[in-house]
Amino acid sequence: MATFKCPGCDYLFVEERGDDHEGYPPGTAFESLPKEFTCPDCGVRYKEDFEQVED
Amino acid sequence: MKTYSMEHPELGIISYTDKKRYLWLASFFMPLFPMMGVFAYYASGSEWALGIPLFFSYVVIPFLDWGLGSDENNPPEELVPQLEADSYYRILTYVTVPMHFVVLIAIAWFVGTHELTIWSVIALAITAGSYSGLGINTGHELGHKKTELERWLAKVVLAVPTYGHFCIEHNRGHHTHVATAEDPASSRMGESIYKFLLREIPGAWRRGWAVERERLARKGKSPWSLENDILQSYAISAVLQGGLLFVFGWIMVPFLAIHNFWAWYQLTSANYIEHYGLLRQKEESGRYERCQPHHSWNANYIFSNLVLFHLERHSDHHANPTRRYQSLRNFENLPELPNGYYGMYILAYIPWLWYKVMDKRLLELPHINGDLSRVNIDPDARESIYQRYGQGQMPAAAG
Repeated sequence: MATFKCPGCDYLFVEERGDDHEGYPPGTAFESLPKEFTCPDCGVRYKEDFEQVED
Repeated sequence: MKTYSMEHPELGIISYTDKKRYLWLASFFMPLFPMMGVFAYYASGSEWALGIPLFFSYVVIPFLDWGLGSDENNPPEELVPQLEADSYYRILTYVTVPMHFVVLIAIAWFVGTHELTIWSVIALAITAGSYSGLGINTGHELGHKKTELERWLAKVVLAVPTYGHFCIEHNRGHHTHVATAEDPASSRMGESIYKFLLREIPGAWRRGWAVERERLARKGKSPWSLENDILQSYAISAVLQGGLLFVFGWIMVPFLAIHNFWAWYQLTSANYIEHYGLLRQKEESGRYERCQPHHSWNANYIFSNLVLFHLERHSDHHANPTRRYQSLRNFENLPELPNGYYGMYILAYIPWLWYKVMDKRLLELPHINGDLSRVNIDPDARESIYQRYGQGQMPAAAG
């Protein structure tokens, strides 16, 4: 399981944890997020802008 | 006054003192202005005194912006993390939240317990609405933040003007689609504020609900679930405004209707002037280019920025939406408004004057340089704008 970071505001999408508020259960693969996914915190970075970070 | 400093590996010691540190208390004391009319009424016995706060907002503030001029305070980027960590600034936003309730309740009490002419009721409703419009601004500052407490306070303060859908719509709708033809909260060249109002208010409401419905659907919940962030805020509105109606009677119906409308209209006014005519270009992938500093109009005036939590440093806000107000920065060569927001609102309310001042300014921006294909134009005004400014160019396919 990996972690992906918004390069604008440092929001972290941790696959293991998912994002309950946004409706992504634990274990959601970043790949499986919708194409239109934008950063839930800043709203200005698209899915393809996210960077994978080592956890 | 507190000084922030650090040793930078290349630049040596960098330090910054926020000279506005205590001036930010203005946001907390702003309620004194809407109340000032009521105090002056008691002192003078004249209902004319009730108009003082409106005179202050729409006449005195533009003059203060003009007279006091630009704000020279600009924190170095390297020290932004230290400024962000200083809890003084965020506490100020927290304590401003209850003030918005106090002002609405106090003015409603005054209206509900005094024999007033209809004009005084209207003036007071607009005064209260104008301050609750600032409540949307407080909600805006809080709603962009990442902590649970701040997001919760945003829902609470947005309940005052019954605008609970704002944060969702703004963060996930406006910030994503800003300066595109699709954004109901970005105004177009040739579109008057009155036309914009009819597109912005319903458009933002629909988009806020659509985003929240989708989120709840992902969780397998109905839009009527108690987890609905919009409904939570509306519930507080119902208690607050229902309570005022119950206590002060039917006079609250027109009072609250005008109050709510005027608060929303303050937001409409801000949205109208913040991105007028600015347009992001589409990239080959079909996506819009990322929002650039030249996609927002800015006003770096010290006074109105103190009232608005630096909202007028708008380019930096769009580049870094989660950044706190005290750390927002001004940059050279940005699209610049000729007065602060309050002065620009008045200009916007007189459309021919607005076009006269702003259309030229818009087309002279370096990234546009007269090229109308780089402008967000109202389709209905397209032909006349091309005739006037197109230098022989014909409009591209309409629509």
